[in-house]
Amino acid sequence: MNGSFPRVLAGILPVAIAITACSGGGPASVRTTPAPDAGPARRLSPAEMVRADSGRPPYTRADVHFMSGMIGHHAQAVLIAGWAPTHGAGPSVRGLCERIVVAQRDEIGLMQTWLRARRETVPAADGSGGHQMPGMDHSMMMPGMLTPDQLAQLDRARGTEFDQLFLTFMIQHHQGALTMVDELMNAHGAAQDDTVFKFAADVSADQSTEINRMQLMLEALAGKPASR
Amino acid sequence: MTLTAPQENSSVTSPSLFRRTAPWFALGVLVAAGCAKSSTSSPGAAPAPSPDPRVGLKAGWTDAGEAKWNMRLVSNTPPSKDFLNPGNGGDRRLINSDLAFSGTHVFQGNYSGYQVWDVSNPARPTLASAYVCPGSQSDVSVYKNLAFVSGEATSGRLDCGLQGVPDSISQDRLRGIRIFDITDIAHPKYITSVQTCRGSHTNTLVTDPRDQENVYIYVSGSAPVRSSNELPGCTSGSMEDDPNTALFRIEVIKVPLAAPQTAKVVSSPRIFNDLAAVARHAENPADARPRPAGAPARPAPVGRGGPTQCHDITVYPAIGLAGGACGGYGLLLDIRDPANPKRIGAVSDSNFSFWHSATFNNDGTKILFSDEWGGGSAPRCRTTDKPEWGADALFTLTNGKMDFKSYYKLPAPQTSFENCVAHNGSLIPIPGRDVMVQAWYQGGVSIFDWTDIAHPTEIAYFDRGPISGTELVGGGSWSVYWYNGYMYSSEMIRGLDVFELTPSAMISQNEIDAAKLVRFDYFNTQNQPKLVWPTSFAVARAYLDQLARSNGLAADRIASVRKELARGESLSGMARSDALKALAQQLHLEATKSSDQTKAHMLAAEVGKLAGA
Repeated sequence: MNGSFPRVLAGILPVAIAITACSGGGPASVRTTPAPDAGPARRLSPAEMVRADSGRPPYTRADVHFMSGMIGHHAQAVLIAGWAPTHGAGPSVRGLCERIVVAQRDEIGLMQTWLRARRETVPAADGSGGHQMPGMDHSMMMPGMLTPDQLAQLDRARGTEFDQLFLTFMIQHHQGALTMVDELMNAHGAAQDDTVFKFAADVSADQSTEINRMQLMLEALAGKPASR
Repeated sequence: MTLTAPQENSSVTSPSLFRRTAPWFALGVLVAAGCAKSSTSSPGAAPAPSPDPRVGLKAGWTDAGEAKWNMRLVSNTPPSKDFLNPGNGGDRRLINSDLAFSGTHVFQGNYSGYQVWDVSNPARPTLASAYVCPGSQSDVSVYKNLAFVSGEATSGRLDCGLQGVPDSISQDRLRGIRIFDITDIAHPKYITSVQTCRGSHTNTLVTDPRDQENVYIYVSGSAPVRSSNELPGCTSGSMEDDPNTALFRIEVIKVPLAAPQTAKVVSSPRIFNDLAAVARHAENPADARPRPAGAPARPAPVGRGGPTQCHDITVYPAIGLAGGACGGYGLLLDIRDPANPKRIGAVSDSNFSFWHSATFNNDGTKILFSDEWGGGSAPRCRTTDKPEWGADALFTLTNGKMDFKSYYKLPAPQTSFENCVAHNGSLIPIPGRDVMVQAWYQGGVSIFDWTDIAHPTEIAYFDRGPISGTELVGGGSWSVYWYNGYMYSSEMIRGLDVFELTPSAMISQNEIDAAKLVRFDYFNTQNQPKLVWPTSFAVARAYLDQLARSNGLAADRIASVRKELARGESLSGMARSDALKALAQQLHLEATKSSDQTKAHMLAAEVGKLAGA
């Protein structure tokens, strides 16, 4: 390593030149028509680009809506998953809930960091300790979230009834998250920020996997294939 | 799979990387004491350093504390200028991703393109090429003169521009596989791209032992399906409503080697259809319950009727099998017809969140799946995180049947500022043992022996302190692979690390020498090659060391065999042949009485081959 950095720098110069040389046209043999002129951005290196925008690539209101809306969405999942031990959940649902709490709490932190770095409003993400449950405020109601009635119904349930209701509602909840991802991906200019894209893709992959698992758990609880 | 928040306001402070003239990292003075302990008199039970020196390492981007055991850092090379922001290492646009190898070159993917390092001298890698072309996550595979690079993000452009693609429907977008001609490795030529509905999160090079004209690429895409107005045919309905849905399948690209520019998707195998009996080993009854055979497709678009995608697939063409890590399942695929892989087995596990990747052992009798719980963004190696969550699950593989045996998880607890979960690794070609080196993001690099599949044991490691001591800045080892004698690790923000094994009671010099005999012209971990060792004294001595470790032969007999091997090696012609033949015959006789008969016979056979060599 000693003293190798100057060599590294020397090594990239011709490459950098080669890359700038083809700006505007794109690689000639690419089948699809390249952008007519990719503009000055094409001539920056990724590192220069990152410095130029101070680590904040362009984002849109749809990104902010997704990141802040998903905080409340996740917070509700964390809240109801936290009921498993006190509501007599069976071992399978308890295990699932434990993982949901850890996973979605971490993701809330990720979303808050993203919003904070952009000086956007950071929604609160706790269950407020009492019965100020996330989702009670209709202005923050995101797809798939449990209504106040559904929350109350789940809170009253115990044992197997809780398991069944929890799985049913959490499938609905997760499917709402997938809807949110879909809306984000179809919004103009959205999900161009790598953090937002990767987080949304993760939500899509993880939660569709978890929906699949919960469907199987529901069937197992019913002792027969769930009604179709 | 992914990493953490961008940390734009990262508190990481670093001396300028550009004026550094000393090695990038101070060497691991913290752990020197740990290494001395490895030469105890009881080789089978050499204790790991205690307390574990990985706990409490100093934080820092470029000056973190280091801990190591039975391996050493040969070099660390920071990212090249285009891929390094000296002011902030945490920007995810500059994240390094997966590795592939060709000759003396290492291809290192980056969210903004890829870098090619010349590692002719592993102590001083030099940059051969830095290709700017954003589109995470730039998973890379190489085959002869071709490189295949994955693009998944909606911001990826066909023209490799950095400005993204704001329109939700655009002909400028690339989601799929970019193909490069790397004949002139310093100047890769972008030949063509193959678009897919979900883009390519990872790609797997598939070679067919019976077909020298084509290679195949299995595309795994876990992001949402794009609009059919952007790429015709892309829809995301349920199997029932939409038989052509882009969900519930993988894509197979055929690449004619004589005309790679004509590469295209040739099939979209529905390897998840009728996912029926799923083996169970944990408490979750959902894992156990077989689905009724011939059950109709399920109505809900997502989540019913099995996984919608794979995350990654490892093919092992020499045995005609692949391991698919797909949603909530580990799949075993028959790939003898590469364009039409067929599922022949499936396992599930209630402790697994998201099946990430697969590794076979060399003789194809075991398979390991990893669980990337939290997508690599989260700290999942804290003392509060369960050892069976975010871990590896190890299965025996017998006639296409997978049986769970144990979990392996990085045994050293990490802080909440370190993203940590099971990630990419490869086998280390130590003959007679199943040894793997694996990346755990900021948990570092862990080498473990899974020869005894019920008791996987860590035998070496390297770890750095967190990038930041006040917040989670995503980083660490994305992947670490053995290639031609060294281990190369893609550090997400700290660059390229090169490691070497150091001899210890857990891994002897002879075993290291034998491992170094296995050499490849190119290497892609997800295209697992059969490891074959040339006949050599190092291999025989490696087996002898293993017999010493297992007490498979008496200590005095081990010593005398060492002498006889040395004598045989010093002879030549008929004298050598006769001496080794006699030794081989004697060893075969003794093997029948050994407590480690298999290994004793392997030693005898190797000596016999040396006699005939």
